[in-house]
Amino acid sequence: MNDGSVDVTVGQAFQQGVREEMERDERIFVIGTDLFRRGGHFAQVKGIGELFGKERVRDAPISEAAIVAAGVGAAMNGARPLVDLNFIDFALGAADEVINQAAKMRYMSGAPMPLVIRASSGVALYGAQHNNSFEGWFSSTPGLLVAAPSTPADTKGLIKSALRGEDPVIFLMHKRLTGVRAPAGGPDDLVPFGSAVIRRSGSDVTLVSYSFSVRRVLDAAAILAEHGIDAEVIDLRTLQPLDLETVETSVKKTGRALVIDEAPRFGGVAAEIAAAVQEAVFDFLDAPVTRIGAAFAPIAHSPTLVDAAIPGVDTIVAGVRASIDRWFPAEEVP
Amino acid sequence: MTDTSQLLPITLDGLPRDQLADWMSTMVLIREFEESLDPLVLSGKIPGGVHLASGQEAVAVGASRALAPTDVVTTAHRPHHHALAGGLSPSRVMAELWGRATGTSGGRGGTMHLADYERGYFPGNAIVGANVGIAMGAALAARLAGREQVACAFFGDGATNTGRTWESVNMAATWKLPLIAVCENNMYAVETFIGNVSGAGTPSERAQAFGVSAERIDGQDVGAVYRAVRDARERALAGDGPTFIEALTYRYHGHSTGEDPAYRPSGEAEEWRSTKDPLERLRLALAAQDLLDEEGYDRLLAAAAETVAEAIRFAEDSPLPDPTRAAEGVYGATVAVRGNLL
Repeated sequence: MNDGSVDVTVGQAFQQGVREEMERDERIFVIGTDLFRRGGHFAQVKGIGELFGKERVRDAPISEAAIVAAGVGAAMNGARPLVDLNFIDFALGAADEVINQAAKMRYMSGAPMPLVIRASSGVALYGAQHNNSFEGWFSSTPGLLVAAPSTPADTKGLIKSALRGEDPVIFLMHKRLTGVRAPAGGPDDLVPFGSAVIRRSGSDVTLVSYSFSVRRVLDAAAILAEHGIDAEVIDLRTLQPLDLETVETSVKKTGRALVIDEAPRFGGVAAEIAAAVQEAVFDFLDAPVTRIGAAFAPIAHSPTLVDAAIPGVDTIVAGVRASIDRWFPAEEVP
Repeated sequence: MTDTSQLLPITLDGLPRDQLADWMSTMVLIREFEESLDPLVLSGKIPGGVHLASGQEAVAVGASRALAPTDVVTTAHRPHHHALAGGLSPSRVMAELWGRATGTSGGRGGTMHLADYERGYFPGNAIVGANVGIAMGAALAARLAGREQVACAFFGDGATNTGRTWESVNMAATWKLPLIAVCENNMYAVETFIGNVSGAGTPSERAQAFGVSAERIDGQDVGAVYRAVRDARERALAGDGPTFIEALTYRYHGHSTGEDPAYRPSGEAEEWRSTKDPLERLRLALAAQDLLDEEGYDRLLAAAAETVAEAIRFAEDSPLPDPTRAAEGVYGATVAVRGNLL
């Protein structure tokens, strides 16, 4: 019996969380493609099928609209569906079901909508149609909640919260995080939505990120420390709701903020945070809030082109240094 | 006295005779309710517009009477007949159209999103074809929970050219879910004649290709609709899977308020009215069997008129929704979302 202190991968952490919640609540079922035997493309529900059977771990045809619609209708009729969309890119085949149906039913009619939609996200390989960053789109849709964890413990704790919740959740699991190992916590370790966490305390600059980018930002912070720059790193964990209080408290201390992710900067989560921070704590800022994001381009196949389009550790280090070099604290201006 | 000489007769065989006066009364109410709306829209009392179902009453009443109160119903953009047949309060439906706090969704839904979960009446849907999948999902939940419950989706012929409709029919067929898909084929998707946009096959023929029981029925015959849905429900609960019913019907008015249906051949509407009007056909059948006389019918008409007048009074006297609560009810759990209120 794993008490939660043993290292597991993000994929295993997710599987643990789902299994525990399915044992706890028989209304939960999983629906998607290639789940029962294969366990999903990232083995995220490996072994669940044998435990709960084909009714509750349900292999569907590749019909994204009908898969999500099944989840919506089932949620409205007393079930708690966990829809596995495979890759978040495939949400486009069910865009209406997510945006017009799941997100709006409660507001339009008071419908219950305990629906969780899991998908692999983030930038990795396989080209332009498997590497979209849609988190900004979902986060700007009233009615949806969006989770984008970066650790096994947060993955498990957030999926447990999602499966006990009352609202539709887009649950984003970065492809490159799948094999990352750490303790995942026990059956009662839930992570609340809307609660960011400070991964590294620092006093000079606030670096805000989520999902896989948090790891790059922590690597960048270690390098910055060698240059005498003490960065505070915030992992948002959920993008809707967004824990701006934690960000603003940090910025009041550091006077500087950069937001780092893999999405194109235009109209994204980073843009929203940059705007919200300057609205709330403008008087504490010593420099403009800066976004470090992806090029405004689809993601290519060649790793050389992929690396050029999304911010790596070096880009983050350079961005922070440029921000500090250019914008001196007010008292140092000659 | 209406000329009934051209009406095609219907049979009452297999129908619950003691309930037929009530069916008639509901059909009359729907017609009266629908016919009251256009002036209310055009005078600005009802914001937006409405899609009237005058002419399609038999589909709603025949189907709803074959379903159990615990069954789930999902509807589309032309839903008033289903809402009223499903037992929603005419006054609260009217108030919802008016955008009042007393409406079925407190003014947040409107004509296309009437709902009453206690009656299994899921909100109507403004996205063509979307409610078929939702009914399929409700049927899946019923199966998983082991409940004796079916889900019935009403949609138009336009929905039979969307991918999501057939994705959902296929999934229901694959898993033999207790789904009844009722296509109200009134032949026109807004202005587009179905014959001009279908490569092959009627909706029911297409459905057969997915391996579901499918039939085309006279949707202006309330008894035919009742019998088809009753049989579909029995099959669904016996584990024999979904049924696709193509009910041939006709909307007397345009697609929505203010639209002149000039795209239809002249005389078409008149022919449907004179030969197949669902109210007149039931009325004639009831009269022939001494189940409802002229006086009794007049009483139903007067009662329906009074119900609609009362619904309009109720809506007009009802308060508007509280504008300070416009951003409430977006989430079920307590979620503090910055920006919810400006």
